[in-house]
Amino acid sequence: MNAKEPVLEIKDFNVDYGLGDQGVRAVRDVTLTLHRGEVLGLAGESGSGKSTLAYGVTRLLPPPGVISGGSVIYHPPGGDPYDVMSLTDRELRAFRWAETSIVFQGAMNSLNPVHKVSTQMLDVIRAHEPDLSPQARLDRAKKMLKLVGISADRMDAYPHQLSGGMRQRVMIGMALVLEPQVVIMDEPTTALDVVMQRQILAQLVELRETLGFSVLFITHDLSLLVEFSDRIAIMYGGRIVEEAKSADLYKDSLHPYSEGLLKSFPALRGPRKELSGIPGSPPDLRGMPSGCSFHPRCPHAFDRCSDEVPLLGIPSARNDPSRSVACWLPGRVPVG
Amino acid sequence: MKFLLQRIAFYLFTAWAALTINFFIPRLIPGDPVTSLINKYQGQISTEAIQSLYVLFGLDKNASLWSQYVDYWGQVFRGDLGLSFTFFPTPVIDILQQSLPWTIALVGITTIVSFAIGTGLGVLAGWRRGSWLDGLLPVTTFLSSIPYFWLGLLAIAVLAGPDSIFPSSGGYEPGLVPGWTPEFMGSAINHSLLPAITILISSVSGWILSMRNMMVTVASEDYITVAHAKGLPEKRVMLSYAARNALLPNVSGFALSLGFIVGGTLLVEIVFSYPGIGYNLFQAVGSKDYPLMQGVFLVITLSVLVANLIADVAYLLLDPRTRKEG
Repeated sequence: MNAKEPVLEIKDFNVDYGLGDQGVRAVRDVTLTLHRGEVLGLAGESGSGKSTLAYGVTRLLPPPGVISGGSVIYHPPGGDPYDVMSLTDRELRAFRWAETSIVFQGAMNSLNPVHKVSTQMLDVIRAHEPDLSPQARLDRAKKMLKLVGISADRMDAYPHQLSGGMRQRVMIGMALVLEPQVVIMDEPTTALDVVMQRQILAQLVELRETLGFSVLFITHDLSLLVEFSDRIAIMYGGRIVEEAKSADLYKDSLHPYSEGLLKSFPALRGPRKELSGIPGSPPDLRGMPSGCSFHPRCPHAFDRCSDEVPLLGIPSARNDPSRSVACWLPGRVPVG
Repeated sequence: MKFLLQRIAFYLFTAWAALTINFFIPRLIPGDPVTSLINKYQGQISTEAIQSLYVLFGLDKNASLWSQYVDYWGQVFRGDLGLSFTFFPTPVIDILQQSLPWTIALVGITTIVSFAIGTGLGVLAGWRRGSWLDGLLPVTTFLSSIPYFWLGLLAIAVLAGPDSIFPSSGGYEPGLVPGWTPEFMGSAINHSLLPAITILISSVSGWILSMRNMMVTVASEDYITVAHAKGLPEKRVMLSYAARNALLPNVSGFALSLGFIVGGTLLVEIVFSYPGIGYNLFQAVGSKDYPLMQGVFLVITLSVLVANLIADVAYLLLDPRTRKEG
């Protein structure tokens, strides 16, 4: 599988909450490419726009969220790429789940409490592949549940009869049942304990190898991403501030914010380091600081930071096309 | 199943308590039915007759309270609710048998229709929030605040009259003999139109409001977003995911309102002089007809209990979370 082939290209994406003067821009000029078969991690503090981006890309934003610009180019396998933003309602319904499925944050509330697991799995297959016989649908649903470690007799269970971990497995199974190209995971393991987190993630890695989908993994837990994703994008105040391969980011982060995030959790191995965290609190979207939105909290900020918005680009000191950063510090300014 | 038996046992206990209270209330009220009957006939009853009347009404002073109580239960099971004063000497049970079908037909059908229409409109209004359907809300709030007997009086004043097709009172044309004949049925339907419309207009808005509000609440649940994300057809998300869940509180409300069919629309029956059970109660109160009152209360109590049981069963069927394992 060619890792360089894009499957989902997010370009200059903007999301506002509310219209006109009261509007608040939650996602600003985000450009992000998900390649075929990779796990792209998206990390940031609460309110940095991660989930808004995920909802926006799938056009699921509840009002008053409005996509105010940008495009999301989807590359179907062996077909011509198209812009998700310009799909009609009908095309969008066909696109959803079959090409891009989502696992949401609240495993507890993602399943309809009054329908059996089987009903909820089968209706999505029926909606997208109406020609399949009922028996074939059932077989596929059972097979997928088995893949995520749920025995087939749980098909007739109601959501309240399952534990939190089982529910999230069911949701993951449901997300994969149509074998989509892209799975967006919005903090899928946040509500679970660490043991269950690890089990589910290990299983996800395994499933990705068998089924070959790409994952956009959204979390605030950078430590999780470092070991589990191929690339990581760091979001702050609605912008991507750094993007790099996980190992590069972990060893040699360039943006002071990424550095701060990495310093706020302990490493399991290696020498002990002082945990420092990041002073201050996330920016208020209504009154974003001028220039780089991180400068009021940045230990290295200087005059230019409050005047000009740094653009995301390949840092001059690292001449490595796989990474990019948005910072004015010497050596990090984009080349050219 | 065990749960169901528990509920049934509970309702049997409640029924026993209600019937016992029903037994004691007339005995606690100052004065007694016989005295009021004597007053009614103004001294034209002989002393022996008075004593036998006391026995007849189960108010025999010589019998102990306990033996009266035992007799009362025997009578209830035999369907013997005593004799009515107003329609003396017709047994109460006969009067109830005559009036109950009228009430059930009029109020029962309108309650069901009102629930169906209100819930349907509520689903649409809640789902298409911000559309023209929201314009209905102030109107429905206004209508639901109007007492229905007042609406009934208004309807009679405006719509009924000598030249109107709507009769202003009664359940059927006085000359007709009740039966399953086309003329009689036509007349009965014609007579029920105004009271039915009155009840419908004043009760439908309640259903619209509560269903709409539940829809709005449910629409923001995560599983609705998931249903959209699954690319399900809009109609399926609306009905099978949103409305199916939003319906739950309304169903128990509906079952309870079934219980109030018998007693709840007393005023409408009075306004339209409709030959239902509410009108019976009105007449009974007016002439201190204790046995009839007791009979009407008994029917109201039992129907409320049955409706509650139906609500429990409906909830059990609709919401898997209320079912116990095993």
